[in-house]
Amino acid sequence: MVFECIELSKSYVSRGAEVTALQSVDFTVREQEFVCIVGPSGCGKTTLLKIIAGLIEPTSGKIVFSIPQSNGHLRSAMVFQEQGLFPWMSVQDNVAFGLETQGISLAERRELASDFIVKVGLAGFMHSFPHELSGGMRQRVAILRAFLANPHILLMDEPFGALDSQTRLVMQEELLRIWRDHRKTVIYVTHDIEEAILLGDRLLVMSGRPGRIRQEINIPLERPRHLANRDHPEVAEIRWHIWKMLEDEVRKDLSILS
Amino acid sequence: MRMTGERLWLRLEPWLPILIVGLGLIGWETASRAGLLSPLFFPPPTKILNTLLQMIINGKLLPHLSATLSRLAIGFSIGGLSGLVLGLGMGWSPRLRTVVDPLIAALHPIPKIAIFPLIMIIFGIGEASKVVAIAIAAFFPMLINCMSGVRQLNPVYFEVTENYGASAWKTFSRVVFPGSLPSIFTGVRLAVNMAMVIAIAVELLAAKEGLGVIIWFSWQTLRIEELYASLIVIGVLGFGINLAIQSISRKLAPWQVEQSERQE
Ligand SMILES: Nc1ncnc2c1ncn2[C@@H]1O[C@H](COP(=O)(O)OP(=O)(O)O)[C@@H](O)[C@H]1O
Ligand SMILES: [Mg+2]
Repeated sequence: MVFECIELSKSYVSRGAEVTALQSVDFTVREQEFVCIVGPSGCGKTTLLKIIAGLIEPTSGKIVFSIPQSNGHLRSAMVFQEQGLFPWMSVQDNVAFGLETQGISLAERRELASDFIVKVGLAGFMHSFPHELSGGMRQRVAILRAFLANPHILLMDEPFGALDSQTRLVMQEELLRIWRDHRKTVIYVTHDIEEAILLGDRLLVMSGRPGRIRQEINIPLERPRHLANRDHPEVAEIRWHIWKMLEDEVRKDLSILS
Repeated sequence: MRMTGERLWLRLEPWLPILIVGLGLIGWETASRAGLLSPLFFPPPTKILNTLLQMIINGKLLPHLSATLSRLAIGFSIGGLSGLVLGLGMGWSPRLRTVVDPLIAALHPIPKIAIFPLIMIIFGIGEASKVVAIAIAAFFPMLINCMSGVRQLNPVYFEVTENYGASAWKTFSRVVFPGSLPSIFTGVRLAVNMAMVIAIAVELLAAKEGLGVIIWFSWQTLRIEELYASLIVIGVLGFGINLAIQSISRKLAPWQVEQSERQE
């Protein structure tokens, strides 16, 4: 086991009104597991990731980590929804940033970053600034940064949410490839049901307002997975099952009568 | 037909300001020489230029120019640096901001030249009071721009640094400072211009040397060509300083320049 969320709740107070973003969220994550959290937007997915990352405190409940806290080794690194790269740093320095806080010398972290960048075929953009890259490339760089920091847990917040669907497919494959080489525990947040099924070992389906976990689903697809898995009958079945579960909620949210 | 017209316009456009100024100068020259303009108050541009050259050659300009420049440099360094430090601090720390912001809001609108007598009472009538007045003039635009530079940084950058366990120093040196650089440079430009305005103003009021002094004396002795010549020097100086700042900012903050150029 890597960590366990126990009765996590989080409320925000904005303009006097209290919004319950998460309510009694309970789950366990195992070593090297790829867990996808799927749910409609606004259901508290980002909030949950930030609590796991230690960026915000839960209102109640707690997370118990059972990984050794060794010095200079990050517990988790987060890939943010967008704009997570520093516009004033080159691609190389952005990727190396995660090592910079771990006391690794400039020469060494530049070399490690270059190796990584070259390996994924971004060598030509080593010294470019983020605004010179396409949206897809930027997210690849953000992912490289998180992987290179070598955290125990990788937290990904809809990293491909802003990309077009073709680019997204390619990126999903690449993510799985990098993950195969650098096995880590991954918590991957998405609102895309199909993406969650293709990537995850296990799905946590969330429902919104207040956000809670409706169901846990194991994905029995074999690894390594490929784009071809999309047409697997099992995928279609799970997708339909999840969609039915969330349908009422989405309709309710849009005030559509069924 | 329209295409060629547009193309012609595009080719002429960059030369237009020069053309307008050139025509204006020629008009002035002829009007002044023909007596349509009073040659005493509006001497022909060629005469002004000649006076300027004389001032440069006979060494009259240099001590005044260097007096103004050294005041400007010292005053700007003191005021600009304090504005930079306090501004970045206020942008970063909400606590510091809530304490200092009301003070700044109250002091900023006071015309800096209006408090010059007060400064002279405190710092004497020598060089110190002039430098202090220039420093105060540079301080405010620097502070305000640095503060807003930090405040407009996307909060996600701070989540990233916190996520990777960056120290306060790392967060400052890798995010707060470089992220605010474009605004810092805007601050520098405005601060230099303000400092220049106040430098000339205090020289008009109380100084033995400086460009402001030439202006005042040439007015009192009705050597109006010298007045115009000093104005030209001030203009060229301001233009040069702004150009220098722009090219330094292009070097140090290339991402921002390229972004804004792409938007144009
Ligand atoms: N800083 C905040 N202040 C107030 N409300 C917030 C804040 N962050 C998120 N919320 C609210 O909490 C709920 C969940 O947000 P979020 O975790 O971003 O959802 P998701 O990532 O699933 O779209 C939303 O209703 C959102 O409006
Ligand atoms: Mg979100």
